[in-house]
Amino acid sequence: MIGLPTSSPEVVSPARETRPNWLSRAVNAVRKRPSAAVGLFVIAAFVVLAVFAPWISPYSTSSPTGPIYAAPSASHWLGTNSLGIDELSLLIVGSRISLLVGSCAAVVAGLIGGTVGLVSGYFGGAVDVVLMRTTDFFIVIPPIPLMIVIAAVWGPSLGHIILVIGLLLWATTARVIRAQTKSVRQRGFVKRAETLGERSARTIVRHVLPQVAPLLLANVILTVALSIFYETALDFLGIGDPTAVSWGTIIQNAFLETATSNGAWWAIVPAGLAIALVIISCYLVGQALEDALNPRLSGGYLLVRPWKLRPLTGREAEDL
Amino acid sequence: MNRSAADYALRRGALALVTIFLVVSFNFVLFRLLPGSFVTNLSHIPNATPAFRRAIAAEFGLERSKWEQYIIYLQQLLHGNLGVSYANDRPVLSNLTTDIANTVPMVSLGTLAAIVLGTLTGVASAWRRRTVVDHGLTGTALAFYSFPTQWLGLMLILLLGSVLPTSGMHTPFLIGAPWWKSALDELHHMILPSLTVMLTLLGQYTLVVRSATLEAMSEDYVLTARAKGLRGSRVLWRHVVRNALLPVTTLVALSIGFIVGGAILVETVFSWPGIGLAVYQAVSERDYPMLQGAFLLLTISVVVCNYLADLLYFRLDPRVAR
Repeated sequence: MIGLPTSSPEVVSPARETRPNWLSRAVNAVRKRPSAAVGLFVIAAFVVLAVFAPWISPYSTSSPTGPIYAAPSASHWLGTNSLGIDELSLLIVGSRISLLVGSCAAVVAGLIGGTVGLVSGYFGGAVDVVLMRTTDFFIVIPPIPLMIVIAAVWGPSLGHIILVIGLLLWATTARVIRAQTKSVRQRGFVKRAETLGERSARTIVRHVLPQVAPLLLANVILTVALSIFYETALDFLGIGDPTAVSWGTIIQNAFLETATSNGAWWAIVPAGLAIALVIISCYLVGQALEDALNPRLSGGYLLVRPWKLRPLTGREAEDL
Repeated sequence: MNRSAADYALRRGALALVTIFLVVSFNFVLFRLLPGSFVTNLSHIPNATPAFRRAIAAEFGLERSKWEQYIIYLQQLLHGNLGVSYANDRPVLSNLTTDIANTVPMVSLGTLAAIVLGTLTGVASAWRRRTVVDHGLTGTALAFYSFPTQWLGLMLILLLGSVLPTSGMHTPFLIGAPWWKSALDELHHMILPSLTVMLTLLGQYTLVVRSATLEAMSEDYVLTARAKGLRGSRVLWRHVVRNALLPVTTLVALSIGFIVGGAILVETVFSWPGIGLAVYQAVSERDYPMLQGAFLLLTISVVVCNYLADLLYFRLDPRVAR
């Protein structure tokens, strides 16, 4: 009997049974929380809008199609801006850059944070200490001044903005992934792989990563919200790509061209609402996922990302 | 102060010092070593005679080795020398101290208001959890958490700009007025920027206080207090809120990193002559010494505040040092 391949489920399945099915839990979590489902719908709607923007937008975004600061009307639903460019078209086309920068920066942050978290949590010891001290450094540093300084020296370009935001927002993700990796590492199937002499890199990719991936995804979605927030801030300060149309530059333009003293609320209100809608949606979806995947993390104080790893309730970050 | 407390303070202090040292070094690398950075460009002025180039390089100490430059930079920093602003030829440090003096009252007022209001809404939302009150307050908090800071400022100008001053710190023609009059004027100008700071922080504070309160409400001592037959309001304020406020005390210090970023945006919107506006102007005028100085000052103050928050938290809850 020994050594013979067997199809009997009792022999094959124990290894699998110890692995909780994260995906179904995640799907359940979204299903159980109507707010998360709404968030998912809003994100999907904005993505469709961004993809088909050139075909949906009614007017050109580079040349004036109406009078300066025209109020909303039948021909210009959201009025026009200081150059007579249609605001609705700007809003639709602007969604492309905002969503692109937001998601790309979040992916960069997710890659760095995920790698640091996996390596740190898996190997422990000196590697862990060094990586976690680096992470602490990035948690403490205020992001906006650092982003401004780097972007100002680097010069304005879309790629630079994505990198700057991504390079500064990975720290919380690294912490969460590290904690999860540490707990996954204790499970039987990882121990088994180690005992069988599998290389560490292979163990991490084959056995640990699949368990951590959904949580990583949740964190990437949460980081999208933050990235969009920072992207609009950098655009507003004139550090973003000056030629690109984004929600951030719409607000910047309204500010520089004194839309407020012209009473042109239509040049300001829609862009801010769109940003807030996307941020809230990412937030609701990401938080629902994270709560479902890591029950020990759930708790409202985790709502506030920058502080989520602080010992707010007397527990150490390690206890997460 | 027992031994473990001193130990904790020292360990955290060492970490803060290392962080500051890294920030300072990063500042040097970013501005002086990267290809295409400012000083490198300055030493490559087109059509410059070799003598002129040498003079420029000597003025900025560029003829020395990078290590020597780094050491000189550190020495100058220790003497409080942050260089001279290109925009107004004054020492960066003296520029920044004036700016900071303008920023602190405005930001403190907004933060203080956010703490008070955030605590009230957070406690109310937790105490009436899963009711209309809770959903309303949490939803509002989430919305304010998501609105871009600069957008909130512009919205306030749209809504209240006709009744409150929206730009600067003083009425231009108020010269020679008694001190209390100019103080009142300053306070008047402070309302909108401070209100913006408050609104950007309010959402986060509400959500944090709510969850801290919920956590405190599930503790055994609350059950005991209820079992003793204490009135609901007494349980809430004496047993729940007192413990829930523990994290809130440090929240303020910890949020300073966010406040610093927010201050840049708020001061830009309202032309408030603080350190945030200085950053904005330094960026648009390419005033690199000011930008570096402001960055260093902001970052170091955030690191120091974090350190103080760690100590404060340890004082309130020694369990963190385990």
